[in-house]
Amino acid sequence: MLSYIVKRILALIPVLAVVAIVVFSLVHLTPGDPASVMLGPNATSDQVEALRSEMGLDRPLVVQFFAWLGGALTGDLGYSHFMGAAVTSVLMEHLGPTLSLAILAEVVALIIAIPAGIIAARRRGTAVDQGFMAFSLLGISVPSFLLGLFLMLIFAGWLGWLPVAGYRGLEEGLGTHLRYLILPALALGAMQAALTARMTRSSMLDVFRAGYMKTALAKGVSERSRVYKHGLKNASFPILTVVGQSIGTLIAGAAVVETVFNIPGIGQLIVNSVERRDFMVIQGVVLMITVSYMLINLLVDILYGFLDPRVRLS
Amino acid sequence: MTKPAHTTPQHPEPEAGLTRETTGTSGPAGGSSAAQPGSTVGLERLSMRQLVFRRVTSNGLIMTGGIIVVIIVLLTTFGPMVISRGPLELNIQDRLQGPSGDYLLGTDNYGRDLLSRVLHGARVSLFVGFAVAILSTVIGYIIGMYSAYFRWADAILMRICDGFMAFPAILLAIALMAVLGAKTSNVVIALTVVFTPYVARVVRSSALVVKEQTFVEALRAQGASSNRIIWLNMAPNVVSPAIIQATFIFADSIITEAALSFLGAGVPPPAPSWGNILLDGKTLIFNNPWMTIVPGAAIILTVLGINLLGDGLRDLFDPHTGKAVRKGGGRK
Repeated sequence: MLSYIVKRILALIPVLAVVAIVVFSLVHLTPGDPASVMLGPNATSDQVEALRSEMGLDRPLVVQFFAWLGGALTGDLGYSHFMGAAVTSVLMEHLGPTLSLAILAEVVALIIAIPAGIIAARRRGTAVDQGFMAFSLLGISVPSFLLGLFLMLIFAGWLGWLPVAGYRGLEEGLGTHLRYLILPALALGAMQAALTARMTRSSMLDVFRAGYMKTALAKGVSERSRVYKHGLKNASFPILTVVGQSIGTLIAGAAVVETVFNIPGIGQLIVNSVERRDFMVIQGVVLMITVSYMLINLLVDILYGFLDPRVRLS
Repeated sequence: MTKPAHTTPQHPEPEAGLTRETTGTSGPAGGSSAAQPGSTVGLERLSMRQLVFRRVTSNGLIMTGGIIVVIIVLLTTFGPMVISRGPLELNIQDRLQGPSGDYLLGTDNYGRDLLSRVLHGARVSLFVGFAVAILSTVIGYIIGMYSAYFRWADAILMRICDGFMAFPAILLAIALMAVLGAKTSNVVIALTVVFTPYVARVVRSSALVVKEQTFVEALRAQGASSNRIIWLNMAPNVVSPAIIQATFIFADSIITEAALSFLGAGVPPPAPSWGNILLDGKTLIFNNPWMTIVPGAAIILTVLGINLLGDGLRDLFDPHTGKAVRKGGGRK
């Protein structure tokens, strides 16, 4: 088990190196001088020079890279002039709403997807199955921000059941918190629900074909116990992988959905930073989300190894 | 982000096998009508074409998706020629109107004709999607083939691809647009960078299987050069998974371009694209929902059509792949 974990972590290192180089290069890809682009056309050459030396742009690239990497490893992602604060603290301020939204979206997705996938698998080939699969194809084809706009139009505009936009923190009560978050979570979770439902269906179908299912049937195990205890338990590994992979997608996807619903999270932060060309914040957000996405996948892999010995032996 | 479907490469097409059978059975028949050998050849060709035709037309996914895509391409090509108003033409006195005889789909906040904007926007969206699909497939093909053939290239190129694929697609696209600046050509560049690794991965995994086949060994024993083996002999066997992947990238690029433009980091106004019409419509969603519904429906229909086509092509090329395995690309 230990060697499996070590192997997974070692495999991550080259990928992390590429990620670090790409994120670092972002600033240097700008046509022209990053400092003058950031300060805009009205900046004096003194101001540009000051920012250049503060960002370390006057030093050799290699030195800059290792200085930046060293900072990033110790949690220092630089300083944002526009926000007047360290990038790390800006990130932390905006993290709450995004995490709330991503988690709720995942919950919504699982509540829809698992039963839908199981039902579709049990009634394979019937109209019910085809209906579910057609619906999931639709779910994959509708981008979340568009679904968000449509949901807003229907439930907040025409029906008036839910607030149009905005965000209320948990401190204002769970009910209020959820009322504001449910539409964005639905919008964000729909695609995930579609993908998870497809995966649930196919891995349930694989399990149904297994010999032990026939044995269970022959033993006279009840239908419910066969589907849930024998079936779902064995089908849960691929589903778990999809869920693990989805966390990063959901956090990144939250960026777009937050803009639709005016939620002050990481997404809004990055969109505003793009407008302001605040490269330090963009770098920080991209690095943090990507690395946490990778770490979550690592955790899922390790969990996978714990649950299923076949994985760590192969 | 889910990983793209790994499709196994093509073995000699089933059509070929069927044709051979047809030739076999027509052998004795051909003997009786030996006076017209040309007709036998004609018959054989016809039957092969018919077979392909039948396989395509009996595939509901390809037909439905294909019809949707053809309709959209026709509308995009000829629509703007028929519409008299330009997408940038301002009629302030007619602003925010609903559909009427004068403006079939109503007007936006500057009194611009929404139908004209959506049709012209379609050109931008489809251009971006098509350009990204072609570019990322070509570059991904090259990377994938060399990775599969040379071990040293594999070690380097695939680590780089893994690194790029570690980023959530939309996030990398936003970051690249932030540094490159909002411009249509930059959208194509950014999305090509984002999607190329997915093609490379699929091409590589298919090419690895082809590489193990005897004919590659035979060619190597005959002293064929590596490039010859890669491009003349291996590459044609990997075409179909690459085409399938390209189809899904086409759909994903349209979605991602719309998302970028919606965030103000894609196609810059006033030129219309589906995403920036949605951006204009967002603040006016309750005053004029048409500005949201029309481009939104255009995106959904186009992406659905392309996805159906892709699913159908995959079934056609490789009937063994489970339908449930499908790429998730840069889904938002």
